[in-house]
Amino acid sequence: MTTSTTASPGPSAGSAGASASGTSRAGATSAATTGAAATPPSTRGTAPTELGHKARGRAVKDQLARVVMWAAFLLALVPLVWILWTVGSKGYHLLLDAQWWTNSQRGITSRREGGGAVHAIQGTLIQGLTTAAISVPIGILTAIYLVEYGRGRLAKAVSFMVDILTGVPSIVAGLFVYALWVTTFGLQRVGFAVCLALVLLMIPVVVRSTEEMLKLVPNELREASYALGVPKWKTIMKVVLPTAFSGIVTGVLLGLARVMGETAPLLILGPYTKSIATDLFGGLMPTLPTMINQDRTEVLQPAVDRMWASALTLILIVLLLNVAGRVVARFGSVKR
Amino acid sequence: MAKRIDVSDLNVYYGGFKAVEGVTMTVEPRSVTAFIGPSGCGKSTFLRTLNRMHEVTPGGRVEGKVMLDDQDLYASSVDPVAVRRTVGMVFQRPNPFPTMSIYDNVAAGLRLNGVKGRKKLDEVVEKSLQGANLWKEVKDRLGKPGAGLSGGQQQRLCIARAIAVEPQVLLMDEPCSALDPISTLAIEDLIGELKSKYTIVIVTHNMQQAARVSDRTAFFNLAATGKPGKLVEIDDTQRIFNNPSVKATEDYISGRFG
Amino acid sequence: MSSVTGVSLADETPGPHGSAPLSGDGAGTGRLGDRLFGGAAKGAGLLVIALVTLVGVFLLWQAIPALARNDANFLTSREWSVDGAHPRFGIVELLWTTVTVSAIAMLIAVPVGVAVALFITQYAPAWLSRPAASLIDLLAAVPSIVYGIWGLRTFGPVFEPVQGFLQHTLGWIPLFTGAGISGGSTILFVGIVLAIMVLPIVTALSREVFAQTPVTHKEGALALGATRWEMIRTAVLPFGKPGIISASMLGLGRALGETIAVTIILSTLPDGAKWTWSLLNGGETFASRIANNAAEFDTPQKAGAFIAAGLVLFVLTFVVNAIARVVIERRKAFSE
Repeated sequence: MTTSTTASPGPSAGSAGASASGTSRAGATSAATTGAAATPPSTRGTAPTELGHKARGRAVKDQLARVVMWAAFLLALVPLVWILWTVGSKGYHLLLDAQWWTNSQRGITSRREGGGAVHAIQGTLIQGLTTAAISVPIGILTAIYLVEYGRGRLAKAVSFMVDILTGVPSIVAGLFVYALWVTTFGLQRVGFAVCLALVLLMIPVVVRSTEEMLKLVPNELREASYALGVPKWKTIMKVVLPTAFSGIVTGVLLGLARVMGETAPLLILGPYTKSIATDLFGGLMPTLPTMINQDRTEVLQPAVDRMWASALTLILIVLLLNVAGRVVARFGSVKR
Repeated sequence: MAKRIDVSDLNVYYGGFKAVEGVTMTVEPRSVTAFIGPSGCGKSTFLRTLNRMHEVTPGGRVEGKVMLDDQDLYASSVDPVAVRRTVGMVFQRPNPFPTMSIYDNVAAGLRLNGVKGRKKLDEVVEKSLQGANLWKEVKDRLGKPGAGLSGGQQQRLCIARAIAVEPQVLLMDEPCSALDPISTLAIEDLIGELKSKYTIVIVTHNMQQAARVSDRTAFFNLAATGKPGKLVEIDDTQRIFNNPSVKATEDYISGRFG
Repeated sequence: MSSVTGVSLADETPGPHGSAPLSGDGAGTGRLGDRLFGGAAKGAGLLVIALVTLVGVFLLWQAIPALARNDANFLTSREWSVDGAHPRFGIVELLWTTVTVSAIAMLIAVPVGVAVALFITQYAPAWLSRPAASLIDLLAAVPSIVYGIWGLRTFGPVFEPVQGFLQHTLGWIPLFTGAGISGGSTILFVGIVLAIMVLPIVTALSREVFAQTPVTHKEGALALGATRWEMIRTAVLPFGKPGIISASMLGLGRALGETIAVTIILSTLPDGAKWTWSLLNGGETFASRIANNAAEFDTPQKAGAFIAAGLVLFVLTFVVNAIARVVIERRKAFSE
C-alpha cells in the first residue's frame, strides 16, 4: 500500500507533477541520450553547430514528451490497480465461503457475521436480464433504422436523440421513471420500474455498438443478396445481422455490464431488502449495488466485510461480462 | 429460359445528375453482349438498371423502358425483388457471404426465398456448382466457409450462387478485374458455356476479353467529365473490332484514347 | 450525398467499397415483410425520440406545481426546505458545487486523458498498445459505487495530508480556506475521484480520433525533420482537436450527472451553513441532493422540488452533450 500512497497525490497535481519529474529525469540523462537522438540532423554534415545545438533542445523536448506520456499512462493505472487490490483483498475471504453464494442476509444484523449475497446477485441478474430483454430489440432495431433505412431529418433526429440518451445521468433516468410510474400512475416502487430506468441507459449503448458493426458489413454482401432477388428485410435478417453478430453481442454485454453496476436509479426506485425476492412486480428487490449502499456507512466489521465482498462480487460480474464481450469481439465474423 | 432485353430511350440519374442518357439497344438471348468504354462512361451504371439494382443506390432513378421479352421491368406493378430473381448479377469483386459455407452460399438465394427440402437443395447446389465448373474442386468441402476459397474460385462460387436461382439473364460487372490471368481464363471458358442457356451481359475494361467472349459489343462514351454517358454503337463484336461505323469507337479500340 | 459527388466515378464503383454503406433506398419494396420490418425499425427510432422528449416533458410537468408554490427564487436561492405550505428552495448552491466538482474533474482528466490517448496511439510499443487501451477501458467498467466506497474509505484518508498541506500553505486564497471538513469528503477530493472516473471516457474518444490521423499528415511532418513530439503537435493534435473537445464534453456530461460516488464521498452541509468559496468544503451536487433524499419522496410537492433539480441537471447535460455532438458533426463535415 505504501507505493500507492506516494503515488496517489499524483492525480491532484495532475500532469504538472508528471512533467516536473520528467524534466529532471530527461535533464539528467540528456548528456547520454540526446547526443544519439540528435545525430540524424547533424550527420548531414552541412549543419552548422548552431543547428546542432537547436536540435538538441528539440530532442530534449521530444524525450520529455515521451516521458510525460508514459507517466500519464502509469498514473492512470494507479487507481485501477489500487481499486482492484483494495476490493479484492478486503472482499475475497467472504467469497470463498460457500454460504456467500447460497444464503441471503435474512435475519442477519450488522453485528453478526455470516449470510450470503445470493439474494442480491439474483436481483442484479434478474433486473439486468429483464433490462436487456427490453433494450436489445429496441436498440438493434433503432440501429437498423439508422444504418439501413434512415435518411434525412428523421434519421438525424434519431441519431441526435441517441447521443442525448447516452448522456442522460442515471439519476435523471430514475427520476423520470419515478415521475411516470409512481406519481403519475400511482404504482408501487418495484423491480420492474428499476428495469425501465435501466432500459433508458442501456438502449444507447446497444444502438451505438450495433450501428458501428452494421456499418462494417460490406455493401457488396447486401448487393449480392439483393441481386439474388432477396427482399431487403430478409437481407438484413439473414445476411447483414449474422455477419455483424459477434460485434452486436459484444455491445450487448458491455451495455449489460454498465446497467448492472448502476446504483442511482435504484436509490429512487428499488430500495434494498435482506431477503430473496424474485418477483419483478411485487415488493422490494435487493441488488448488489443497493446491498453495498446499505452497508456503506457501517463501522461494524462484519457489515464492512460484507460491503467489500459484495463490491468484489459486483466487480467480478461486471468484469466477466466485459471480458466475455472482448473475447466475442476478438473472434468476430466481420473481418476486413 | 433465356430472354431478350429491349431497352428504349433510357436515362439514368443519381439524384439530380444524369449519368447515362438516351440508351436504346437490344440484347439478344443465348448470346454474350459486352459493354466497353472509358472510365465513367456509365456502362456499369447502365448494367445495373437491367436488374433494377441501380435504385439501391441512394438517389438512383431511371426514365425510359426496359423490356424483358414482353414485360416492362419498370412498370409500376413490377416488384424489383422479382426482377432481380429473373436477372442475376455477378459483381466486380467476389462477395461470398462470409458467415456461410460453400453449400449455404449456393443455396442462399433459394433458402432466402423460402425454398426448403434438403433433397431439392442438394440437387440445385450440385447442378449450380457443376454449371460454374467448381463442383470437382469443392465437392469434398461443401461445409467449409466460402471465404476460404481462392479469388477465382470465389468468383465462380458467386456465379454458381447466381445461377442457382435459375435466372433468365446473367449480368456480370467486370467479373475478372480482381482475378489473376488463369482464373480469368476459367471464368471466360465458363461464360462460353453458360451462353447456351442464358442471356449474358458483361461489362469489361479489357478489350481482348470483350473480343474473346462476346458475340455483340456495345461501346459507351461520354463527351466530357460531368456530362452523361451515351451509347455510341452496338454491333457484332467482329464488326466493332474490325470495322466500326463510328470514328470514336475505332479511336478507342485502337488505343488512341481512354 | 456521396453519390452526387462520386458520379464521375460511378462507373468503376457502383457500390463504392470503403465509403459509407449505401443502404438501398430502393431495395425495400411494397412487400408485407419489408413494410413490417421497415416499420418496426422506424418505430424503434421514433420510440427513442419519444423517450428523450418524454423525459423532458415529464420532469417539467412534475416540477411545475412545486415551482409554482416555491416562495424563494428557484435560480438564486440557497435555501432548501421543501415541506409545508410555503416551501422555499433554490439551486444556486447545487449549481456551484456541481459545476466546481466537474470543473476540477475536467482540469485533471482532460490533460491526463489526452496524454494517455497519445501514449496508446503514438508512443506505446505495438505489443502494449491494445492491452493498454483495454486496461484504461477497465477503469470505465468499475461501477460508480465501488469508486464511492473506495474513495471514502481508502483513497480519502490518504488524501487527508495533501489537503492539510494545501490548507496550510494556500489557505489565504478563498478557494483553499479550511472549512473543517475531513480531507476525504471535500469538493476538491470528489473532483479528483470524478477525474479518475471520467478519464477513460476522454481517453477512449481521443484515442479513436488520434488513430484516424491521416498517415500522409504524419509522414509529411516527419519528412520535414520533425521529432515525434513535433509531429504530434503539428499533425495529430490539430487533427484531433474536435475529438478532444467532444471527448471532454462527453466526460463533462458524465461528471455533472455522476450520482452515487459523489453522494457517498461528499459531506453534506447543515442547513444554514455559511457560504464559502472553498474547495475544501462539503456540499451537494444536483445528483447527490436527489440521491440523499430519495427516501423522502412521499408527497408530490417534495418530489416535485427534487424533480425540478433533476430537470436542471437534465438540461445541463443535454446542452453539454449537444455541444459535443455539434463539434463532432462539424469535424465529419470537414473531413469528408
